[in-house]
Amino acid sequence: MRTNLFKLSAAAGVLALTLSACGSDDGGDGGGDGGALAGEGTGDDCVIEGEVPVGAALSLTGAAASYGESQQNGLELATKHLNEKEGVTYALTVEDDQTDPKQAISVFEGFAGDDTSIIIGPTLSNTAFQAQPIAQEESVPVLAISNTAEGITEQGDWIFRDSLTEGQVIPQTVAAAVETYGLENVIVMYSNDDAFTESGYDVMASSLEEEGITVADTLTFSKADTDFRALLTEAKNADPDAIFVSGLIEAAIPLVTQARELGIDVPIVGGNGFNNPQLMADAGDAAEGVVVGAAWNSASDNPENADFLEAYEAEFGSGPDQFAAQAYAAMTIIDHAVREGCDGGREGIQAGLGNITDLPTVLGSITINENRDAEHEAVVQVIENGAFAVLD
Amino acid sequence: MQQLLNGLFIGSIYALFAIGFTLVFGVLDRLNLAHPAVFAVSAFVGIELVEVAGLSIWLALPIVFVVGGILGMIIERVAFRPLKNRPDAHFAGLISSIALAGMFIALLQWRYGPNTRRFPADSFPNTTFSVFGAQVTLVQVAIMVISVGLVIALTLLVAKSRLGRGMRAVAENPTAARVLGINVDRVTMTTFAISSALGAVAGALFAMNVNSAQLGMGTAIELKGLAVIIVGGMGSLPGALVGGLLLGLAEVFAVQYLSSSWRDLVAFGLLFLILLVRPQGLFGARKVREV
Repeated sequence: MRTNLFKLSAAAGVLALTLSACGSDDGGDGGGDGGALAGEGTGDDCVIEGEVPVGAALSLTGAAASYGESQQNGLELATKHLNEKEGVTYALTVEDDQTDPKQAISVFEGFAGDDTSIIIGPTLSNTAFQAQPIAQEESVPVLAISNTAEGITEQGDWIFRDSLTEGQVIPQTVAAAVETYGLENVIVMYSNDDAFTESGYDVMASSLEEEGITVADTLTFSKADTDFRALLTEAKNADPDAIFVSGLIEAAIPLVTQARELGIDVPIVGGNGFNNPQLMADAGDAAEGVVVGAAWNSASDNPENADFLEAYEAEFGSGPDQFAAQAYAAMTIIDHAVREGCDGGREGIQAGLGNITDLPTVLGSITINENRDAEHEAVVQVIENGAFAVLD
Repeated sequence: MQQLLNGLFIGSIYALFAIGFTLVFGVLDRLNLAHPAVFAVSAFVGIELVEVAGLSIWLALPIVFVVGGILGMIIERVAFRPLKNRPDAHFAGLISSIALAGMFIALLQWRYGPNTRRFPADSFPNTTFSVFGAQVTLVQVAIMVISVGLVIALTLLVAKSRLGRGMRAVAENPTAARVLGINVDRVTMTTFAISSALGAVAGALFAMNVNSAQLGMGTAIELKGLAVIIVGGMGSLPGALVGGLLLGLAEVFAVQYLSSSWRDLVAFGLLFLILLVRPQGLFGARKVREV
């Protein structure tokens, strides 16, 4: 009995090994190339029989969950709109990375192991640095929709992004703020335990140096901090013309509130983390005069954006933020890449993404450059009367 | 001057949080790691009371106090009492309170989602004073008064009242206390209730002070609370008050005179130093527990 059981389990083990070996071979070829995902025609006439599987790894719980929720909304709305069009249908699967790189890795492994044609996400840059190598190894294209740290797309030729880097947005923001307010002497604050805010700080510091601005002091905090009074008192003592901050929205709201409370009334210039309508809603009057560079302007009146604003409001009962817009744009970009070669397989999409030029999206006209990063114009905003206005 | 006040305000919240923490430890010799979850839950409850029920902050705070007390009783009933006669009751209670804390936070996320919440902007008069050139808000003064007031009230309660005598007897020797006719179960439950009620008020005040309430806010303060009760002497109430203020001041002066990155290093370095020089903490007595 015992030997039988042993033989049986050994046989089962061998069988499982063989099967999984076959499975990984298939995966390497890229989900169903030449199968149901290769269609006929091109562009608007492209018809693909099977559904193109799109996987998204988003932070639906954990510290970055507020961003993940917006992204999920943007993706679902875009998928709905694309599926109303003839020819190509998309099957969207959203998985939670729990704002945890370990979890994101297993989500990526899951997508790479099944037939998923492209992975969207993950939400945070430091998660992306850990999870994206999985996709690169398994030859699955990735489209990052909110990672703004330097070096994301340097991870390999399968990694693309549609979010402008801090390196693209912050120099424009710094230049605009310096010119508008005639800044000479500033304080810089950033949270030094997060890849995104740290890389934002690096760009901020080098842009300030290029503009010839004196940085009186650089103060660091942790992304979980909520009491900034000690730091802000330090900042106030230096009597700066402005305070530059690279931090996430969770820190931005208490920071801005406490700064105004302590009587600091100079402009506060934030990185991408400040680009959230929650800032006005929750910091109230304290948010007035905060300057933020953004990849997406909610007031932009291009037709794609106008339609998007209306549809989003109707679907979710509130206005979209930049994260929803970038997620929505991602599906537009993917759809264009698929239809170009009329191929919903992994290699087809990779080739298509590399050819995106002047594509009209809710973010404006997008070109994917040779580094696989998106290029489009940024907008510098200032909060006036509780709303983002263009700084000029 | 501004930094001194910054340190005292944040320190008084640390103290209020730590005093609840240390009370359970001092009387019952249990470490209740669901305390930080109470801190977070009550901040959200307070916001709900002001924002949705439309109560004034002065009415909401006492309700938060009561809700905290009820949570304390739940914690005692669910996480501690069923384990009390086990040989590993200390460790089992520690773990089961962590488990209960996880459940509280999960419920909180289910109810409120992941977003940061805050008290409505006009829920507290937006008055600012200038004291020797430093800016002080009315909220901060209220926080200081409430924190110190509650700490004094608790100290008096423990020193003078019948309940306090019961607590001290239980702290000394639970079996003897039972023999003397003290209802140990009731004292235990009351101790948990008072402890959590204080933690609850601390949570609501903290959310008001920094204009932000997050699911993880308890975790962020948990280690600091532990540091405070160790610095003050495990179980010592005046120790927790002084320890809290000391930690608050150490943090802001680390920022002022060293560098912002050194804040935690200095605060926790202080902890090591005190443990080396005075292992029983500033106000702790060796081997003999105080309440």
